[in-house]
Amino acid sequence: MADIILKLNNLNKHFGGVHAVQDISFTLERGELAGLIGPNGAGKTTVFNLITGVYSPDSGQILYKGEDIASRKTYEIVAKGIARTFQNLRLFPRSTALENVMTACQQHFRYNFFEAISHLGRWNSHERKIREMSLDLLDRVNLLPVAEQAAGTLPYGHQRRLEIARALALQPELLLLDEPAAGMNPEEVHVLNELIRKIHRDFNLTTLVIEHHMEVIMEICPHIICMNFGALIAEGDPDHIQKNPEILKAYLGEEVED
Amino acid sequence: MSGYLEGIIILICINSIAAMGVSLLTGFTGIFTLGHAGYMAIGAYTAAILTVRHHVPWLVAVLAAGTLAMIIAYMIGVPTLKLMGDYFAIASIGLGETIRLILENWQSFTRGARGFPGISNFTTLPVAAGFFLAMLILMRFLINGNYGRAFKACRDDFVAASLLGFKTAHYRVLSLAISGFYCGIAGGLMAGFLTYLQPVMFDMQKSTELTAVVVFGGLGSLSGSIIGTVVIGVVTEVFRPISQYRMLIYGAIMVIIMVARPEGIMGQHEIGPKLARSLFARKPANERDGNHG
Repeated sequence: MADIILKLNNLNKHFGGVHAVQDISFTLERGELAGLIGPNGAGKTTVFNLITGVYSPDSGQILYKGEDIASRKTYEIVAKGIARTFQNLRLFPRSTALENVMTACQQHFRYNFFEAISHLGRWNSHERKIREMSLDLLDRVNLLPVAEQAAGTLPYGHQRRLEIARALALQPELLLLDEPAAGMNPEEVHVLNELIRKIHRDFNLTTLVIEHHMEVIMEICPHIICMNFGALIAEGDPDHIQKNPEILKAYLGEEVED
Repeated sequence: MSGYLEGIIILICINSIAAMGVSLLTGFTGIFTLGHAGYMAIGAYTAAILTVRHHVPWLVAVLAAGTLAMIIAYMIGVPTLKLMGDYFAIASIGLGETIRLILENWQSFTRGARGFPGISNFTTLPVAAGFFLAMLILMRFLINGNYGRAFKACRDDFVAASLLGFKTAHYRVLSLAISGFYCGIAGGLMAGFLTYLQPVMFDMQKSTELTAVVVFGGLGSLSGSIIGTVVIGVVTEVFRPISQYRMLIYGAIMVIIMVARPEGIMGQHEIGPKLARSLFARKPANERDGNHG
């Protein structure tokens, strides 16, 4: 049997009268690069929010490496090796790019309160390691030259890459990317595709990407999951998805018969 | 040095310690408070009662003052810091006033509004300056490291912070407890400087002043909070002859600073080698930016 890293079982979430996620089930195998697509309001981001504990599901299971993490606290889920980025960037805008990444890296090199206020003990060596690891990550996403600039002042494409670097700093096994290509031009999308492929390979990640840009999904994801109105409507490889009438209907609307 | 000038410097040192505490909470953790004079009051009365009634050495009493204020801040923080944004600021007004009213009405213990006299004058200039320097160094060290980054992460985006693995509630309460400690120490030193306490010294006006100096010094700048305290301290003294009209000037200065520099005097910069570098190396920095814009 394949090594399953994430398995959603009949996940449901309501917001008032809106059934935002309806009986969603799918599995991700370790090392996969999968895409989650669907029209606006299909519930894709809600699925991410359920997996990362921002919301708790009304019913259903989220099995991560065999353990049910539904309704766990966000920081507990993160500690198990899940990291994500956001559709609307959530960087720390006043901190520098380097500090943004360091804030995530520090989870791996902890020191206690008394070492922090005295700068004795592990402070020096751990701060150095945090800085080195952060600079290395910035280098991998080609942001080393802007390391000392405030994150909020960076160009949009840079901010997207910075958020990916910050998520990678958690050393996750499962990386969730929420519309990484939003607002990018075709040239930037192409660079981003290469970056996603590269980090997926270099960091031995399992990656799930939400995307509207079909060229991103069709080009990089061998496994595609499609949602509409909170329900899963199709799953398969890009060829299968492109030919699926349900998806054409969801994206282009229904033919009017008269 | 004349006694008058010495008194002003001591007062500025004490108020700066309290402002550093509020700066951590409001400037670095993003939690507005309008009740921190309450923690100063706890510190002041603790130090006074311990030294006068129980003959505890003043240094021990001041540290105990900070510790008790910290414990009370922690106990208040656990249930109330679930309140986000403005809601905590509103709650903090009530908490600060509650502390003052308890001190005012617990006559048998604090002598209430009659005031608490006879505290020995232990806060001399070296004591105040020594505490100021020690507290400043500890705070700078704390901010410049993992805790500092965690506080700022909670301030800028607590959802993102929790998705980086931070227990945000824990850091918010910790920040309040540390700021309570700073205000408690400041209160304890205040008792030894004034030698006489009244609950009304720690009313809402004092709380507002603490937050005001932090805001116009620059949210997220420790040096800014201290500069803010110095400016307000000096203005209050220079215009003392015109008595209550000085509040007009005090208000005008605040308005001018906030209009001219909405981010506060220092923004979020600190006085230090980094600021000097960025001031003198502005041009090369811009050229570097241009290459990667």
